[in-house]
Amino acid sequence: MGYHTAFSAARRSLTNMSPVDLLAWLAPYQFSWLAVTLLPLAALLYALGLRFAAADGEKTGFWRPFAFFLGVTLCYVVMHTRFDYYGQFLFFMHRAQHLVLHHAGALLIALGNPLRYWKRALAFPGSQAGRRVAGVLFRAVAVPARVLQHPVIGSIVFVGLIYFWLTPSVHFDAMLSHPLYLLMNWSMLIDGLLFWMVLVDPRPPREAGTPGYATRFLMILFTAVPQIVLGAYITFSRQNLYSVYSVCGRAWPIGPKIDQLYGGILTWIPPAMMEVLAALIVLSLLLRREREAGAAMSGAREKS
Amino acid sequence: MIIRLAKLAGCLLLTAALLGGCSGGDEQFHAKSIERLMPPLAFELTDETGKRVTADAYRGKTAMLFFGFTHCPHFCPMTLAKLTGVLKKLPDDIRRDVRVLFVSVDPARDTPQGLAAYTDNFAPEVIGLTGTEAELRSLAKRYRTTFSYGKPDADGGYNVSHGLAVYVFDPRGKARLMILKDQGIDQIADDVGKLAASTE
Repeated sequence: MGYHTAFSAARRSLTNMSPVDLLAWLAPYQFSWLAVTLLPLAALLYALGLRFAAADGEKTGFWRPFAFFLGVTLCYVVMHTRFDYYGQFLFFMHRAQHLVLHHAGALLIALGNPLRYWKRALAFPGSQAGRRVAGVLFRAVAVPARVLQHPVIGSIVFVGLIYFWLTPSVHFDAMLSHPLYLLMNWSMLIDGLLFWMVLVDPRPPREAGTPGYATRFLMILFTAVPQIVLGAYITFSRQNLYSVYSVCGRAWPIGPKIDQLYGGILTWIPPAMMEVLAALIVLSLLLRREREAGAAMSGAREKS
Repeated sequence: MIIRLAKLAGCLLLTAALLGGCSGGDEQFHAKSIERLMPPLAFELTDETGKRVTADAYRGKTAMLFFGFTHCPHFCPMTLAKLTGVLKKLPDDIRRDVRVLFVSVDPARDTPQGLAAYTDNFAPEVIGLTGTEAELRSLAKRYRTTFSYGKPDADGGYNVSHGLAVYVFDPRGKARLMILKDQGIDQIADDVGKLAASTE
């Protein structure tokens, strides 16, 4: 019942895969309109915005779009392929799923600077009316987004959501009800996006009205510590905290203790590493600003 | 800022209202309520007489559904014995309208006849159901559980892992309760009696 069994089961299912199996793997476990509309729509708008920007002679680069599409693909894979089956019937795979939705995938999407290109695509609708509709749509989303992107509120919600969905009784219900399950996953993805979009926003804070770099470092610290505490608690807890996986059956014959141990580690270590990574990104943004400011200043000096 | 905070408060209230709406009915049960969590009873399977049946056949009955297989060494016979104990506790007029639906997820070994012989060990109200693997997977998916087959041993015997919950549906087919292993016969009989009596 230990991890050997689990890993050999995983290895078997990976190495014996034929093309037909691969297709079956890509098929969703439970079909959801949200995944097949929202994610492609986000990607399509981004691609359109990218084209418009390129047509205007703007430099779009390779890595930002690459990060965006990689992030969207990862989010789709964990929500709408066989991965989702394992996410529903193994606690640690569920944690891996949320690691992508709330952290890795959302951060990659945010690194693609999506706001700029989405705005770009929405501004396109040729007619005056179309443009106005797009404007209204954007503002309707922008108001709640701005509340959730307030440094204090945003950080509390970011950590609060993790704690909320991992409250054992709440988690139990979320795994029993499909609508609640979807609400859980999408709330994690959307909240992750809002949070990381503030944190790695490349625009100069003062002009764009975004939180300054010191604030961003504090947001990282404030969100990292409670996650580490929760992850460590789950890892070292001797109780079977998430009994719903025993009640509903596990995808592999793995014991509840091992499942919880892996799940705890996945809640603890990779998100903490992701926060360190985010801190490095903020640092590089800060250094770039300083360099630019320095260059502008010496430029001004030369002129005078 | 004040407007922002007011908006935030509004969002929080809305969330609280939504969550409040999720937390069960007014009646008190021993088992966990799944009233707002799970969909009504629906399936298309083969019963132990070999006939195709849908959930409509059990409208008007309080149905206790669970997944298992007849070669199950402990959990299935134990649960069926417990539910038989529950049936015996119920007054006759209520017992008449209660069914235990034992869904075998091992169609390779459990034929309808085999299931009939197995369920006869317990009570007449215990009914065996099975189907193709696809039918069984879709029913398992509907109730957010799964099953899988272990490696066969030298004699070709294998274990089947399956969910442990008993799902209770009221006579209108609505999902109501999830019975877990910590509930005893008296508590289950109390719950099932209430459900069967409440919707007459």
